[in-house]
Amino acid sequence: MFTYTIRRLLIAIPTLLFISLIIFMVVTLAPSDPTANLPLSIPSEVRAQIRASLGLDEPIWVRYLLWLRQFFWYEPLHMLDSAFGWSLATPDMQRILSWQTRSPVADLIVQRMPQTLWVVGTSYVVGVLIALPIGIISAYRQYSWFDQVGTFVSMVGFSVPTFFTGVLLIVVFSVQLGWFPSIYDTTHQVRDFGSFLFQVKQMIMPVAVLALYNAAQISRFMRASMLDNLNQDYVRTARAKGMSERVVVLVHVLRNSMIPVVTVIALGVPTVFGGAIITEQVFKVNGLGQLLIIAIQGGDVPTVQTLTFIFAVLIVLFNLIADILYGLLDPRIRYD
Amino acid sequence: MKLRHALMGAACTLALAPAAFAERGSDGQVNIIYWQAPSTMNPYLSGGTKELEAASLVLEPLARYNQDGSMVPWLVESIPTVENGGVSADLTSITWKLKPGLKWADGSPVTSKDVKFSWEYCTAEGGGCAQSEKYNDVANVETPDELTVIVRFSVPKPFPYGPFVGAQAPILQAAQFAECMGPKAPECTDANFYPQGTGPFTVSDFRPNDVIQLIANPNYRDPAKPAFATVTFKGGGDATAAGRSVLETGEFDYAWNLQLAPDVLAGMQAAGKGEIISGFGTLVERIMVNFTDPSPDLGDRRATVDHPHPFLTDIAVRKALSMAIDRELLTEIGYGDAGRPTCNVLPAPEIYKSSANDACLVQDIEGAKKVLDDAGWVPGADGVRVKDGVRLSLLFQSSTNAVRQDFQALIKQWWSEIGVETELRNIDASVFFGGDPGSPDTFQKFFADVEMYANNFDGTDPEAYMANWECSQIPSPETQWQGNNMPRYCSDEYDALVAEMATTGDINERARLAKSMNDMLMQDYAIIPLVDRGRVSAHSNTLGGVVLNTWDSELWNAADWYRIK
Repeated sequence: MFTYTIRRLLIAIPTLLFISLIIFMVVTLAPSDPTANLPLSIPSEVRAQIRASLGLDEPIWVRYLLWLRQFFWYEPLHMLDSAFGWSLATPDMQRILSWQTRSPVADLIVQRMPQTLWVVGTSYVVGVLIALPIGIISAYRQYSWFDQVGTFVSMVGFSVPTFFTGVLLIVVFSVQLGWFPSIYDTTHQVRDFGSFLFQVKQMIMPVAVLALYNAAQISRFMRASMLDNLNQDYVRTARAKGMSERVVVLVHVLRNSMIPVVTVIALGVPTVFGGAIITEQVFKVNGLGQLLIIAIQGGDVPTVQTLTFIFAVLIVLFNLIADILYGLLDPRIRYD
Repeated sequence: MKLRHALMGAACTLALAPAAFAERGSDGQVNIIYWQAPSTMNPYLSGGTKELEAASLVLEPLARYNQDGSMVPWLVESIPTVENGGVSADLTSITWKLKPGLKWADGSPVTSKDVKFSWEYCTAEGGGCAQSEKYNDVANVETPDELTVIVRFSVPKPFPYGPFVGAQAPILQAAQFAECMGPKAPECTDANFYPQGTGPFTVSDFRPNDVIQLIANPNYRDPAKPAFATVTFKGGGDATAAGRSVLETGEFDYAWNLQLAPDVLAGMQAAGKGEIISGFGTLVERIMVNFTDPSPDLGDRRATVDHPHPFLTDIAVRKALSMAIDRELLTEIGYGDAGRPTCNVLPAPEIYKSSANDACLVQDIEGAKKVLDDAGWVPGADGVRVKDGVRLSLLFQSSTNAVRQDFQALIKQWWSEIGVETELRNIDASVFFGGDPGSPDTFQKFFADVEMYANNFDGTDPEAYMANWECSQIPSPETQWQGNNMPRYCSDEYDALVAEMATTGDINERARLAKSMNDMLMQDYAIIPLVDRGRVSAHSNTLGGVVLNTWDSELWNAADWYRIK
C-alpha cells in the first residue's frame, strides 16, 4: 500500500505539469483582455500601457515558465517565510500577482478560504449526513412511502437549480419574514454565543440550498448501491445464519455498498474548495467560487490559472485518497 | 465656466450646510453595496468605475464636479480661471492654491509636494497608470511654496482642468507612495489597499473583490463631519440583489447602479424601505455605421479606408436606417425612467446640447422608404432593396447583454420593414471591448456593417470626446487597430472644428463648436444615437444627504451623509 501510494504520487507530478500547461494555454489563448471592463473613456494607448505593465507583451512561453517558477519556487518560499518568520525569499522573487487587485493571489486565496470552508464545507457534511440514512432506508424499504418521498425530494433537489432555490429562500425568509440576512457578512467574527448565533443565522440559507443539492445526488447513489447488494447471495447467507437485520444491513450490506459511494463523496470534496460559484454569488458569500468567477470575467489570468491549478491538484489528490479508501473498505482490493 | 460655476458651487455648499449640525461619528454605521466589488483602492492602478467610487471615500482631487456638472473647489480655495488670474492668459499654466491646514488621515500636512508627486506617480514609466490621459501635455508641475501648485502645459490648454480634477485624478500622499513608482506600483499592496487620504473616511480593512471597512478620518478638515463613524462597503452579487438589500430588506443604506427592468425596480420600491434616485450624464447608447467595407474577401485591408463600404457610404441608406428606429419604444423597453430617447451623441451638459436633430425622436418608416426609393434602392423579389446589384444586407454586432439583444431584435424588425436585411451577432463584452489586436471580434476592428454600444466621457468637457471622430483616430492595421473613430468618419471640415476647439478658451464659443461637431456627425448619420442612459441608484429612507452625481463619484459628498432619525 505504501509503495503504491508513493508510486501514485510520483506519477501525479508529470500529470499535474501537463495539466498546468493545458490550463495555461486555455486561459491565455482564450480571447479576453484585462482592460476590457474599463470605461471606454480610457483611451487605447493607456490600455496598451496597462497591458504592458501586466507583462502581457512577453511571449507566451516566457509567461508560462515565469508562472511555473513563481508557483513552485517563489510562492512556497514566501509561505515558509510568513509561517516561520524566516527570510528565504529575496525581494526580487516576485510573487504571483492578481491583475485585478495587484496583490498576491495566494493572499486572496487564504482570505477567501474560511468563507468557502464554512459555508460550502458545512453544506457538504450536512448533505452527506442527510443522504446516507435516506439512501439506506429508501433502499431497505424500496417503494414504501418513505422511498417515494425521498425520491421526490432528491429529484427536486437535483433538478431545481441553486440560483432558483437560493433566491426563493431569500424572498421568503429575508424579504417576507425578515428572519435571516440576505447578504453574508464575511467580516463577521465569532467571539461569543451571540455572534455564533448570527453566524448560524447567516449560514442557514446558503447551507440549506447546497445541502439539498448535495444530499439529492449522494442519496441516489447510496440507494442504488444498497439495492445492488441487498439481493446478493451473501445477504441471504447472513440472514440464514440467523443474524439480526440490523447487523445484516448496517454491517454486511452497508460496508459493501459504501465502495462506490465513497468514490463519489471523496471526488466531491475538491468541489468544496472550488466553492459554489452560483450559490456564493446569490448569497454574496464571496468565497473561492466568487473569486474565480470575478477573475474570469476580469480576464485576470494569474488568478484563474493559480486557482484552477490548485483545484486540479486537489482532484488528483482526492482520487488517490478514494483509491486508498477502497482498500480499507474491501480487504480483497490490494494494490501491491 | 469659471466664476459662475464657482458661485454655484458656493451656493451648493450653503444649501447642504443645514445637514451639518451633527458631531463627527455620531450616526454610527452606514452600509453601502456595489454589486461589482472593488479590487483596489488606488484608482491610478485600476481605472474601473467601482474602484474610482470606492476610493473617492478616501482620496480626493483638488476640485471636482457637483451634481449639475459645475466644478467646485475641494482641496483648494477656489477654481482658477483666466478672469481671476489662476490660468495664464496664454492658457499654458494653471495655479492652484491649497486650503491651508489640510491634513492627511495620519496627521501629516498636505502640501504641494503631494500634488506634484501624484502627477509623477501617474506618469512614471512602466507603471501602467490608468489615468495618465488626465496628465496629457503636462510639461511640469511647480511648487513655489507649500500651498501653491503651478501646472505648466506644453501646449495652450483652453480646458486646463484635466490634472487633479475629478475622481479620476486624486492626490496621493508622497510619503506613502514614494517607493511605488513605475514598475514597482503593483508591489505596494499595502499602500494600494490602505491609502492615506484627505477624504471623510479611511480604510480599516480591505478585502479585495469582497468588502471594505472604513472609519471616519480623525483629521478630516470639517470637525463636525462625517456623521458616520464607520462604513461597510460590500461588493459582489448582482444588481437585483443589491436593490433588494436596500429597497426590500433594508440591510444596506445605499446601492449603486441598479440597471434593472423598470417594473422590477418599481416593485422593489413598493416595499417602502427606500427610494430610487436617478440622474443623467453623457452616456449614450448608439449605433456606429461602418464607412469601410468589412468583407472578409479583402483580407488584411478589410474595414480600412482603402475600401469604402458598398452601400453605407450612401447617406440615403444611413438616413433611412436612423428614421426607421422608434427610440421612444426602445427606451421604454430597455431603460424605463433610467433612459430618454436622444438624437445627439453629445447629450449634455446643457450648454452643449443641440436641438437641431430632434426630428429623429419620431419613427418614420414611410419616410425612410421614400428616402430609399428616391435614392434608387428598389425592393427585389425577397423584399430586400437592391441597386446596381448591391443588396441592402447588414451584419449588426453588439456585446452580449440582454437589453442590447432586445434592441437588436427590434431594430432588425424595423429595418426589415424598410427593405433592409439584417443579420445579428453578439460578442462577449470582454472580447468585444477588449483591445486584443489578434481577435477579429473587437469593436475597434469593426468587422461588421453596424455595431451598437454605449460611451461617455469623464467630467463635463467634451473636447477629447468630440476629437474621437477625427480622421487620425481611425483604427487600422497601422495603428494596431487602436483608435476611437469606429465609423471611420473622415471630414476635413470636422477636423478643422476639432483643431479650433483645441485653441478656443471662451466657453460659449466652445459650446458652439461642440454643437456643430455633434450636428455634423448626426446630419451625416455616421453615428445613430438611440438612448441617453441615466444612472439609477437607491438609498434607504433613513439615509439623508444623498445627492446623486453623474459627473463625478456617486459618493462624492459622503461627508455630508447622515442618519435620519
